[in-house]
This record gives sequence, structure tokens and C-alpha cells, in this order.
Amino acid sequence: MQVLVVLAVALVAFFGVALVSRAALRTFAPAHQKPTFRDMPLTASFGIAVILIYVLVAVFAPLLAPFKESEVVGAQYLPWAAPYYLGTDKLGRDMLTRLIYGARNTVGIAFATTALAFTVGSILGIWAALVGGWLDQWLSRFVDALMAIPALIFSLLLLTIFGTSVLSLILVIASVDATRVYRLARSVAQGIVVMDYIEAARLRGEGKWRLIRREILPNAMAPLVAEFGLRFCFVFLSISALSFLGLGIKPPTADWGSMVRENATLITFGDITPLLPAGAIALLTVAVNFVVDWQLHRASGLKE
Amino acid sequence: MEKQVLLTIRDLKIEGRSGDAWHQIVKGVDLTLHKGEVLGLIGESGAGKSTLGLAAMGYARDGCRISGGSIDFDGIDLRAAPEADRRALRGKRIAYVAQSAAASFNPAHKLIDQYCEGPVVHGVMPREKAEADAVELYRRMRLPNPDEIGFRYPHQVSGGQLQRAMTAMAMSCRPDLIIFDEPTTALDVTTQIEVLAAIRDIVRQFGTAAIYITHDLAVVAQMADRIKVLLRGDEVEESDTRSMLAAPREDYTRSLWAVRSFARPALPAATGTPVVSVRNVTAGYGAVDVLKDVSFDIHARRTVAVVGESGSGKSTTARVITGLLPPRKGEILFNGKPLPPSFKARSREELRQCQMIYQMADTALNPKLRLRELIGRPAEMYLGLKGRALETRIRDLLALIELEPDKYIDRLPSELSGGQKQRIGIARALAAEPQMIICDEVTSALDQIVQEGILKLLDRLQGELNLAYMFITHDLATVKSIADEVVVMQHGQVVERGPKAELFAAPKEDYTNLLLSSVPEMDLDWLNRLLAARGEHA
Amino acid sequence: MNEIWRMIGRRLLLGLLTLFVISVVIFGATELLPGDLARELLGQSATPETLAALREQLGLNDPAPIRYLNWLWGVLHGDFGVSMATKKPIAELVGGRLGNTLFLALYAAALSVPLSLMLGVLAALWRNSVFDRMSNALALTSISFPEFFVAYILILWLAQTGLFPSMVRITASTTFSERIYMGFLPALTLTLVVTAHMMRMTRAAIINLLASPYIEMARLKGMSPLRVVLRHAVPNALAPIINVVALNLAYLITGVVVVEVVFVYPGLGQLMVDAVTNRDIPVVQAIALIFASAYVLLNLVADVLSTITNPRLMHRR
Repeated sequence: MQVLVVLAVALVAFFGVALVSRAALRTFAPAHQKPTFRDMPLTASFGIAVILIYVLVAVFAPLLAPFKESEVVGAQYLPWAAPYYLGTDKLGRDMLTRLIYGARNTVGIAFATTALAFTVGSILGIWAALVGGWLDQWLSRFVDALMAIPALIFSLLLLTIFGTSVLSLILVIASVDATRVYRLARSVAQGIVVMDYIEAARLRGEGKWRLIRREILPNAMAPLVAEFGLRFCFVFLSISALSFLGLGIKPPTADWGSMVRENATLITFGDITPLLPAGAIALLTVAVNFVVDWQLHRASGLKE
Repeated sequence: MEKQVLLTIRDLKIEGRSGDAWHQIVKGVDLTLHKGEVLGLIGESGAGKSTLGLAAMGYARDGCRISGGSIDFDGIDLRAAPEADRRALRGKRIAYVAQSAAASFNPAHKLIDQYCEGPVVHGVMPREKAEADAVELYRRMRLPNPDEIGFRYPHQVSGGQLQRAMTAMAMSCRPDLIIFDEPTTALDVTTQIEVLAAIRDIVRQFGTAAIYITHDLAVVAQMADRIKVLLRGDEVEESDTRSMLAAPREDYTRSLWAVRSFARPALPAATGTPVVSVRNVTAGYGAVDVLKDVSFDIHARRTVAVVGESGSGKSTTARVITGLLPPRKGEILFNGKPLPPSFKARSREELRQCQMIYQMADTALNPKLRLRELIGRPAEMYLGLKGRALETRIRDLLALIELEPDKYIDRLPSELSGGQKQRIGIARALAAEPQMIICDEVTSALDQIVQEGILKLLDRLQGELNLAYMFITHDLATVKSIADEVVVMQHGQVVERGPKAELFAAPKEDYTNLLLSSVPEMDLDWLNRLLAARGEHA
Repeated sequence: MNEIWRMIGRRLLLGLLTLFVISVVIFGATELLPGDLARELLGQSATPETLAALREQLGLNDPAPIRYLNWLWGVLHGDFGVSMATKKPIAELVGGRLGNTLFLALYAAALSVPLSLMLGVLAALWRNSVFDRMSNALALTSISFPEFFVAYILILWLAQTGLFPSMVRITASTTFSERIYMGFLPALTLTLVVTAHMMRMTRAAIINLLASPYIEMARLKGMSPLRVVLRHAVPNALAPIINVVALNLAYLITGVVVVEVVFVYPGLGQLMVDAVTNRDIPVVQAIALIFASAYVLLNLVADVLSTITNPRLMHRR
């Protein structure tokens, strides 16, 4: 029974947010963008709205949060009641405050990691596809071998060696994910490199850098942007998983993965508080996935 | 004698979806087909002929819908009938032969399994009988090894044979009507003859009615009793084949005929140092030699047409000249001086002198760049033009290819038609101010009337700018209209070369003769005469 | 036919080579340590003498290639060395847990593979229907959920009511049916996580083919939609589907780590997380190598299977 109520509430919230957001996008979009939003699915408008909310929360965290990030404000595991609207955690810190700061820390770190992985992976991938020959062969074989080790396992191995600071977390995850980005960027670029216009540009005597900048990148943007979204989800989930395992972002920094871990015992007493940070992770990933799915569908030229 | 009517289509309207708007593809066409009659549907791309052909089966492709009119097949209303009833007709009483047999046979199943599927599922005959029947039809379609060929997978059989196997498959339930959708368009001309002859015979033997869809008038003249001409979803005219050929009523129909008449007189053989000279070139990929000892010359203000069927090595020759594929033996001379084999070793000046125009303008123009940059870049790079001078040059080039500069300069390629895109390809080549241009099948992706415009433009530019052209094509009509000299290639070798008039009038080699005679002519009896002359069939 | 054996042989060789490279990477990773293993073990306060003694004992004075060969030789004989934290042989620690983890992964695979293939085919058959849209949105949602979120929801829902245990206690004497019962929640968690992905990719692989001319041909021969999908699309979609299944089974290996921790399941993942926390490098290396080998093997099997299902390769001209 409870399950049904939760589902019903979730569905109503979904449609509410999605419809309002679509109406807003249609109204406020610049004229030439309007057709883009006209036939957008509800999932996508829901996704955009959720992402916007997360960004706002992350940016204005200190203004929104009622307490300081790691301030102990009361007894441990207080129930949901004012002024601790979502109760307190194991150490007596305000749950709501830490959730809000988590948006900044967890999402921020995941975003930085994705950006790093993406820059390195896509530049190397496009370069390899363009140059071809032995450089491409060696780089690709090397990446293949690295990709033969499951991502989480490889991350765990590297984290054992480099320790579990935030910096090494970012570097480790970024380098593991850069291999995946490389693979995609290379195959996208390979599809473009065989086009006649690239041959024409080569025969014209254009340099490599111009080929990448003017001829390849503009045509690779759509799949690369979609990949950025998907990559972000992967990175975000792996960082959360590592934090959950106690190997990622460490207390006292507020982070959703470790918040689940710290308060997991409450679950066995039927208290859903630890599900809140987990749900926050899930909601953002869902939102990004919805938007990416819409973009991919549009890019595929409405094939179906 | 009044024949019985098989198919009646009245005021048929079909719409296609683009984005979330619907536009009409077929705009109210009528069609009547009698039993045993062959109707030719002819038109350029976008005329709606395939869509109309499929509608005769009560079928609309994904993204299309039949929005109005009626389709009556032998007393059955195909629009009103439930889908299950239509399914029971398809394959059994109305069959379909697709353009590309290689893509339309399922790669996972043997030919004979695909043949038997229709008769067995429709309950026409049991499996053993269907297999025996398949062998019989393969024999009638004059396929080699009819007993055995059905037990092969599609990828193990050649294109021309697959097309005949597909016609046999369409016949498997002895349908009343077959839709042929450009069945020979993807084939080489010499293969096309065999398939045309086989299709015509089998349709006559079984007295099957057919709708034959094509863009090639000469082909349809051999096959059809009546011809219907379509233009952008509308009927232009319809009459029996003989009077259509002799006296077309409408201007549009006449313009379809007229294309073939564009021909410029060949110039006398040139003397002096050729612009480009291909000397004993042998080249290939991996261990295979694709080109063997190829030699010919191209002079200024002359057009050399390199002709041959697919796989003859004509495009590879272009790759050797541009330096994309360094030859194993031999060399390329430019104005008498040898060029470095690889384009990477050539100077900017050497690269500038030889430009290329591609077959598919869609893939030859970067879709994300505006015309300003597409055309302007070579001028900027090779000639160092900047600012005002560059702008003026781009506008001059657009005017030269007959596109209004103000209207087009900031457009993307996607905002142009096929012919306009090809013109941009030409402008890009001209921007480098070269001495020689390689045209790789530049007209074969275009409709006939658009082709003519491009050929005329190229001809005019050649005169004005003293250009040398190397024209790669498989289309002998194009060769007739624009070439001065012809190089015939087969299996990577030059079979014959010489001035156009001599070569067409009196080919010395058998292969040249075969190639020339295989080109369909606008004459009702061409196929009969040809087959009689070859002694294959009376 | 010879062609195909040669191809399979090449794949096997390539697989062996990949395993070799992986072992080098896993071993080589420890060479990136700022100090060395001995310093890691003893900490900053160690005297030079004790450091030297330990290096001698661990064989750290040999050059890296020799140490690698020694390690590899041991691994090939089932000797992974000694755990730094517990001083026990690693093979002993790993032994029973490997079986438990494999059991969990197979359990989840047995639930998810048939389910997702069936759902994928149905979604492709009824594409753009309400069923398709709903299952697509649901699949996207469940892909986006972290494993621990799914796990805790299941615990809250199914374990709170006492239907299934939220902690898995498995010993050598646990019977098979008890294992099935106790492992249900972890297996269900993994199933929910991978099914969505497999279903989406199966659907995509089939729909991709539905645009092919031979599918249109089958429709124009009057074949029913079900027959079109099952007889004409699925045989050609086998290769991509096999790869999808392999990819997701491989993903189970990763997913298992988190799920084991949530349910306190005595498997390899649990052990690995403990080892990482204690920086017990030899144990981490051993488990990483086992996981990576399983991953490589899976991909190899998928490769060979998809080669065999391709008629173009099976029946040469």
C-alpha cells in the first residue's frame, strides 16, 4: 500500500515538474530555439528542470543551508522535526544542511573529473583517428588492454596505491574514464575522417590542427556532447560508489555517497533518511540520462 | 479486345512526415492496370514513384501514410481491408522486387529458404514442392547451376544473379501483379542486359501484370506496354509506349528526352606537352594490384573521359594522380615534370594545380561550414586573399556557378539542393585556380535535368578558363556529351583509348564493343535486336 | 571452415596476450608507489636496518622483471603470496569467497538474461507503443540508480517485512536452497541494475535492423510482425545481442562489489574493499587479477560466439 502511495506521489511530481518546465522553456526560449523545445518529451523537460535545480542548489549552498557544513547541532539521529527538518546524522549534524552541501561537493567533484577525462580522452581519440598508423595502433591497443580491467576494480587498485585523497580520486577516475572517452571519440572521428570533405581538406594541404578544429570537431560535437552526459553519469555513480565503500570523498566533507554509508544502520529500523542522499544521486543521474536520451534521439534524425 | 481490370487507384494521396509536419509525396494520382499488362512508372528522385508502387500493395513505409483516395485490387478495397487481409495478399497475389537485391535478401538465410517462405507461409504449396519449384524458376531465370544456387547464402552470389533470384522469389506464389522497383539501377550495364531479358521473359511466360518503376526511359521502353510519367507526386502524362516515345505531349516529358541530345563537338586532338601525363602506373592496396601499367595524357582545354564498370580501377587512377595512393611503378608528370608520388610531399603550388570534384556532394562538403568558408578557404590559403579581396572573390565565384551571391553566401550545405551542392563543389575547385580538375562521377547522383545543367556549366568554364578535365564515369551518355578523348578501363587495365568519335564509331576491342552496345537506347526494339545480334535469344 | 578456426585461434591468442598485459599492468601499478612495499608496511618511523631486512625477506631487492616473473609463476600455480594484513596465504582467503561471488553473479545472470531479452524483443516489436515508452523510461531510471540505492529500497521493502534476510550468512554447510533464499535480495538488486541496460540495448540492436531493406522485403512478402522480428531480425541481431549480454555480465562483476558490501555477503568484493581500506596490496592485486580474467574470458566467449553466428564468416564464398 505504502509503495503505491509513494509511486503515485512520484508520478504526480514528475508530470508536474515536467509540464511546468516544458511550458517555461517554450515561453522563454529565444525564437530560433523554439522548434527544439516544441516537441520535446516530458522526460527531457523534467531532466532539464532537475539539472537546473541542482546547479542552483550547488551554487547557493551557503545561502540555502540552515547550518554550517560540518557543524554538530544536536544529538545523533534526531527525528524529522524543526529546526532539523530532515533530522540529524550519526554525529548530530543537520541532514538537510549536509544534503545541500553535498550538491556542491559530490556534483562538483564529479563534474571536474568528467571534464578532465573528457578533454584528455577526446583530444587523444580524435588525434589517433586523424593520424592513424602506428601511433593509433599502439595507443588503441594500450587503451584496449586497460579497458579489459573492469573500471571499478581498476580504480580500487589505483586508489590502494595512491591513497584516497580527493585529488587522487579525481585523477584515478579521470584516467580510467578517459580510456572510454578515447574509444568513443576515436570511433566518431574515424567516421568523419573517411568523408570526402576531409580528403579534400587534406589534399588542399591543411595542417592537422586546422583539420581537427574546423573540419572534424564541428561534426563530432553532437555525439561528444551526448557522451559527456553519459560519462558524467558513470563518473558520478562510480565516485558515489567509492564514497559509499569508504574509499572516496572522506568526512567531514559532506558527500552523498558517504552519507548513505554513515547512516545506513537506520534502514534496518525502517527509517528512510539514508535513502535521501541516495535518492539525490539517483535523481540527478536520471535527469541527465533523460536529457541525453532526448538529444541522442534528435541527433539520430528521428530514425524510428 | 477489352481486358479485365486488375488494379484501380483513384485520387491517391500519400503523406510523409518531416519533423512533426506532414507533406504530400503523392498528390492525387489515378492508375489503372489490366491483367497481364506492364505499366512503366517513370520520374526523377522525389517523384513519388516508389511510394506509389508500394501503395499498390496497400503498404506505406514507416513515416508515411496513405491519406486519401482508393486502391482496389481485383475487387478488394486495400485501404479498408484489415491488415491481416492485406498481409495475406502480399507475397501471394502481389509481389515486390526491390532495387538492391544484395540488401533485400536476409543475410542469415539461404536463398531457397527465403524462396520457400512465401509459398509455405501463405499455404500455396508444401516445402518439398516449393523447393522443386524454386529450381525450375532459377532455371527459367537462366541462373547458373539452378540445382545448387539456392543453397547458397546471399553474400555468396553476385549482384546480377541475386536480382534474378529475387525475381524468381517474387514469382514463387505465381502472383497476379509484381512491383519492380528500379531492379537494374544498381547493376553495371553489361549485367543489366541479362537481368532485363530474364525479367521480361518470365513476366511474359506467366502473363503476370507488372508495374515497372525506373528513372531510365530507355530501360522502361523495353519493358512496358504503357508509360506513366510522374513529377513531384503528380502525373504528367500517360500513354502507350510507342506513342510516348514518338510524340510526347508535355514539355516536361520532352525535356527528359532532350537531355540525351546535349553534346558538344569534340575538339581536335591536342599537341604539345600534356598538363597531366600518367606513365605506366601500377598501384594497389596490400598485395593486390588494382592498376596495371596504366598510361594516358590529358591536355589543356580537353576532356578525357575514363570509363569502366565498378571495380575497373577508374577511381583508383584518380587517387594515384592526386597522390592519395602512391604508385608502385610508374609516375605522374605535370606539365612534363614528375610529381612527388605522395600528396604529403607535394608543394602547395603543386596541390593547387590539380583539384577534385566528388560524386557525392553531401559528403564532399563539410556540413557545418557556410559557403563563404567552403569556397573562400582555398582562395585564402593558396592565393593569400584576405578581407575585401576575399569577399569579392567568393562573390565572383558564386556568380560564376550561377548562384546569387547575396542569397547564398551565408548558407549551410544542408540548405541547398543536390545540384546546387554540386555547383559549390565546382566553385571550391575553381577557387584554387587550377589547371586541371578531376571530376569523379560528378553527375551520377543527380537527376537528368540537373545533370545537364552541371555538364553545360563545366563545359562553359572549360572554355573560359582553359581547364583540363579528367572525367570519371560509368555513364556512356555523359561521355558522349562532354568528352574529347575516351579511356576504357577493365580489371585495372586500359583496354582502349582514343578520340571519342573514332572510339564510338569503330571500337577495336571486344570489351569496348560490349560496353557500348549494352547502353540502353530509346528504341522499342533495342533489346530484341541486341539479344538477336548476340545470339542468346530470339 | 578453416577460416573460422583460424579466426577463433587468433581471438584466443589475443585473449591470452590481453591477460598477459593486464598482469603486467596490475603488477606494474605497485611500482608507481612513492616508496616501496616495505616502507608502506613499516611506515615512516622504520629504521634503515628493519627496512633492509624486510626488503630482503620480500625479495624487493631483485629487479622488477624478476619479481614480476616470480609473482606470475606463483599465480599460475595458485600461489598469490601472503596477505600483509592477516599474514595468511591469499589463496586461502580467496578460495571459498570466489565460489560465493560466482554463485551470486550466475544467480543474477539466470534471472536477468532471459528477462531482458524477452522485454527487449517485445519493446522492439511494439515500438513507440505505451509499453515501449514506459519500459524505456523505467529502464533509463533504473540504469541511473546507484546499486546501493536499489539495494536499500529492496531491504526497506522486502527485508523489513521479514520476507527475506537483509544480511547473508553463508558457511560451508549452507545448503543450495538456503543459498538461493538468502542470496535472493543481492541477486535481485543486480538483476534490476543490469536488466534495464540489456533490454535497452537488445531493443536498439533489433530496431536498428528493422530499417533494413530485407526487413521491408519480409513485410512485403506478407509475413506477420512477430515472424519478421523472430525469423528475420533476431538472427541478424545475435552478434550485437551476445555482446550486450557479455558486457552486462561483465558489469555484474563490478556491481557485485557494492552489493556484497550492502548485504554483508561473504564474497570477493567484500574482501577487496577491506584490502583496499587496509592497503593490503598483494590481496588487491590478486583479486583485481581474478576479476579482470573473468572479464576477459567473458568477452572472449562473446567474441567467439558472435563470430560463429555470422553467416558471412561461417560460409565463405
